Amino acid sequence: MTSMDDIRNKVRLLEHGVDHVHSSAFPGNYPGYDDDWSKEKFERNFKIQIIHITNEVKRHTGIGMDLDYIDEMEFDMIGIDAAIANAIRRILIAEVPSMAIEKVHIYNNTSIIQDEVLAHRLGLVPIKADPRLFEYAQPGAEDEGTEEDTLEFRLKVKCTKNPAARDSTDPDQMYRDHKITTKYFEWLPKGNQEHLGNIGPVRDNILLAKMRPGQELDLRLFCVKGVGKDHTKFSPVATASYRLLPSIELLRPVEGADADKLQRCFSPGVIGLTTGKKGKKKAFVADARRDTISREVFRHEELKDAVKLERMRDHFIFSVESVGALRPEVLVVEAIKVLQAKCHTLLQELEEQTQPAAS
Amino acid sequence: METPKDGNQPPPKAQTMIYICGDCHQENEIKARDPIRCTECGYRIMYKKRTKRMVVFDAR
Repeated sequence: MTSMDDIRNKVRLLEHGVDHVHSSAFPGNYPGYDDDWSKEKFERNFKIQIIHITNEVKRHTGIGMDLDYIDEMEFDMIGIDAAIANAIRRILIAEVPSMAIEKVHIYNNTSIIQDEVLAHRLGLVPIKADPRLFEYAQPGAEDEGTEEDTLEFRLKVKCTKNPAARDSTDPDQMYRDHKITTKYFEWLPKGNQEHLGNIGPVRDNILLAKMRPGQELDLRLFCVKGVGKDHTKFSPVATASYRLLPSIELLRPVEGADADKLQRCFSPGVIGLTTGKKGKKKAFVADARRDTISREVFRHEELKDAVKLERMRDHFIFSVESVGALRPEVLVVEAIKVLQAKCHTLLQELEEQTQPAAS
Repeated sequence: METPKDGNQPPPKAQTMIYICGDCHQENEIKARDPIRCTECGYRIMYKKRTKRMVVFDAR
């Protein structure tokens, strides 16, 4: 049996489908419930809990000693409708501005990578600069921009032979400057831009082109401010997603071999085992949050009646991973500011529409 | 999108031009009426260098 509160607050996951997906608690839909929206009620129920904010460099111990940068955060947003939570997610991806290379002036490129492919690659390089300090560039301006809207970089490299390496067959020793990475970017500050401080690519190990002795690159790169809905290169997040908090309930005791089986049906850490009466193993829900809701249990005839799988409809677990220009927590605040600005525009528009009728 | 603009320097007034050997990719300075032959490997096919004229691309 599903209670009224379960229908109102939870998404039910069944073997062959998902029930009560949409929020239905709008005013008047449920007799005996007060579903009128009020600011006080919203403020009382709304919560944001930051789970973690990570900013660290991890080193893989495998063959490649690649650096793995993590710049992400997880937070819970509780007591809000999916429409708003989804708006924040979409704004993070498509409408929070960031800086990216938009125009590439190619003076020389004798490497094997074609001009247009190289230009496209350069566009995708994340640029470490605070977009809030810049204006949007004027559309259609073909020139080199101003100090308020454009960052300029130079990329001028010529690959040479390394005379010291005679008998080596390793390209790293035979040639100098043969791997063109973002570390070759040279920032050319315009006007007063020196005060901006540390401006450049977010990572200095992004491979752009490979060259051989005699080949050269001579480029000017112009970065402007933009938003993700124009081109993904302007998106400030690597990922921005949410999931609903899982809720798992055991409807009857699961013991012995079945308990082990039940544990294996879920993600690690979801189901715990204790020793119950007569030294028998007994399953309990340790941490439902860790589950991915794979619904594997429903494939086992002997276990499918023992669990109730649900998700909390108003509990969003957000995960935001920054590309590196701004901290993820700053990006979320910026996204909310964009949403606020949208609301202000709408209210202003409504006011203008209703004014003539009133007067 | 390509919009060639004016080159930043005119070709040098002296009639020496740099060509690239088709075989060993060595750069060769060849004047008018010089034998067309690579100083490094003796190969007789030469290529012109790429123009220094600036080309603008959209990084998209």
